[in-house]
Amino acid sequence: MTENGVDLPTGRATCTLSEARSRQMVARVGIPVSDWATAGDPDAAVDAARSVGLPAVVKLCGDAIAHKTERGLVRLSLTSENEVREAAIGLLAAARPEDGPVELLVSTMVQGSRELIAGMVRNPQFGPCVMLGVGGVLAEAVADAAFRLAPLDRLDAHDLINDLGAQALLGELRGEPAVDRDALADILCGLGDLAADPDVASVDLNPLVIVDGRAIAVDALVEATGDQSPI
Amino acid sequence: MVRDLTPLFEPRGVVVTGVSAHPGKFGFVTLHNLLSCGYEGRVFAVAREPGTILDHPVLASVDEVPEGAADLLVVCTPASANEQIIRKAAERGVRAVFVTAGGYSETGDEGAVAEARLVALTDELDLVLAGPNGQGITSPPVGLCAQIVAPFPPRGRIGVASQSGNFVSAFQNYAGQTGVGISRSVSAGNSAATGIADYLEWFAEDPETDVGLCYVEGLSDGREFFNQVRDVTLRMPVVVVKGGVTRGGQRAAASHTGSLASDDRVFDGMARQAGLVRAATIEAAFEAAATFATQPLPDGGGVVVLTTAGGWGVVTADAVTTHRYLNLTPLPDDLLAAVDGMLPPRWSRNNPLDLAGGETRDTIPELLDLVTGHPEVDSIVQLGLGIQGNTAALTRSGPFHPDHGLERIVDFHERQEYRYAEAAAEASSTHGKPVLVASELAVARPDNPMVTAVRNTNRLCYPSADRAVVALGHLVQYATWRRARA
Repeated sequence: MTENGVDLPTGRATCTLSEARSRQMVARVGIPVSDWATAGDPDAAVDAARSVGLPAVVKLCGDAIAHKTERGLVRLSLTSENEVREAAIGLLAAARPEDGPVELLVSTMVQGSRELIAGMVRNPQFGPCVMLGVGGVLAEAVADAAFRLAPLDRLDAHDLINDLGAQALLGELRGEPAVDRDALADILCGLGDLAADPDVASVDLNPLVIVDGRAIAVDALVEATGDQSPI
Repeated sequence: MVRDLTPLFEPRGVVVTGVSAHPGKFGFVTLHNLLSCGYEGRVFAVAREPGTILDHPVLASVDEVPEGAADLLVVCTPASANEQIIRKAAERGVRAVFVTAGGYSETGDEGAVAEARLVALTDELDLVLAGPNGQGITSPPVGLCAQIVAPFPPRGRIGVASQSGNFVSAFQNYAGQTGVGISRSVSAGNSAATGIADYLEWFAEDPETDVGLCYVEGLSDGREFFNQVRDVTLRMPVVVVKGGVTRGGQRAAASHTGSLASDDRVFDGMARQAGLVRAATIEAAFEAAATFATQPLPDGGGVVVLTTAGGWGVVTADAVTTHRYLNLTPLPDDLLAAVDGMLPPRWSRNNPLDLAGGETRDTIPELLDLVTGHPEVDSIVQLGLGIQGNTAALTRSGPFHPDHGLERIVDFHERQEYRYAEAAAEASSTHGKPVLVASELAVARPDNPMVTAVRNTNRLCYPSADRAVVALGHLVQYATWRRARA
């Protein structure tokens, strides 16, 4: 009958923000992120690793770098200062001219056997939506994901959690406690709150690692509309 | 502010334009339907040729309609003539227009311009505009059949609004088949000025309507639809079928969230958030709506399966167990003890409650009341009825009837089927819980006395246990959503 639109609602161009800026944005609405710091060179990276604690993760970080894993720009499970230094040197060398200004992002290596994905996206028909899904590198292949329109109230957030097909993933699993649904609902409501800023085009929290039952974002990607940074 | 659609569904009188003496033309059929289904208001037919059609005098122009005699104008003239007609009708006091003609936005840019003009005109004249490009409306409580097609459905409590006219007819056909009727129906056509959500809003305030049933393909403003419907569902259940779910929408996206945001997933989430009950198919949608219209809302998802036959009980238990919103209620000890007193020891002593052929004349009606009334039971699915009716049918048509005592036993079997169906309805009304009777006989042998008897209680006889379970699941889903927001 009428259009099932296929364009972004505003038709405006979007750009991604660096992981560091993305983390700042999501942390501001109360979404827990793994401890992190930025560094401009290998020495600073080692200092940062010391402050967030080993084992650490070092990533190359910049506004133009949206998907780091695909380019091998994520170094995981670095257990010594030496490894951190070598990773930092290698990552800085991997930067390309089109990446623009880059820095290193050093965070604690968060361990958990379960990974979720959550995010916010603007749908042409329904406007901003919040998603929860089974996360990690296979998120799109598994495609166990459900949506609600933003903003969400707490009932909506809990219903969204209940919509996941893989409910067993949220229960007690391999000696780990069940996922704290209230805390997860807070994250989903926070994502809904981010939609109130019209310049935030989309948000990815992938993965959200479950640690002692609580979801922690170990990566964040904010896509902003137009030239104006929402920060 | 809910748009008042009373002039559309309960008009004082109706004007039809484009009436022709040719029985194959839409204008003729519409006049025929208006004159044939019990509508008591005045009907004015406007035709080019003077005289009478169907023994009904025709008018040469809308100008001849007495001032204030008609609320509704049904336009069966081609798109090009409509502006003039609508202006004149408004002058005669008409307050709502249904435009059946196509040739509007569904045809492309030029049609879209014509449609925008139509909307501007009806806005200017403060008229309700339904359509264009729709089949019409029915309103059984007032005998109104203002549509270019059949059938005219039996009266009931379901309000239908559909973006496809075919599915209005399909729901009407199911209503005729099952006896679970319709309060209002509208083929929304292009929904130029009045959309599905506008109809649902009015249905929620309509004393004739208990449940909304809608088919949706596209929404010009999905967010507005959501906002409207969310308020409706707090007052009235709404069943939706969405067409076009497989259509893409996974456009290139910078984010994982974006690439997972298929149109169907987003629609599904929106529907759940709005408290809509989304049915997978047209028949499931009708059955869900018919269930809302005829059964009380359950307090929870606990189901007891009552059966006279083993196999059906087993597969129904499977369907209940795997359903997201349903579970098999473990039989409480006091209920077990009570049933022990009613049946020989070979009964299942478990849920499904399988009588294993141990029942006598009064067992099923008594059990239905006992189990439905138990505080730990939320709902019942009753299976295995109709067997005696089937036996009666074969016996009655065989060469030995009515001798050898067969007349008496046939009568007994048939009477029993009536008792069972009535007991199911009575248990449901007495205890305020859903009691769903399911049997393939509903479609295989609709003349079975059990099927007839269920129909006589104004309830649905579900064509299979699985379909009863699906319908019951919709009730529980909605009841849960609504209770959480009460």
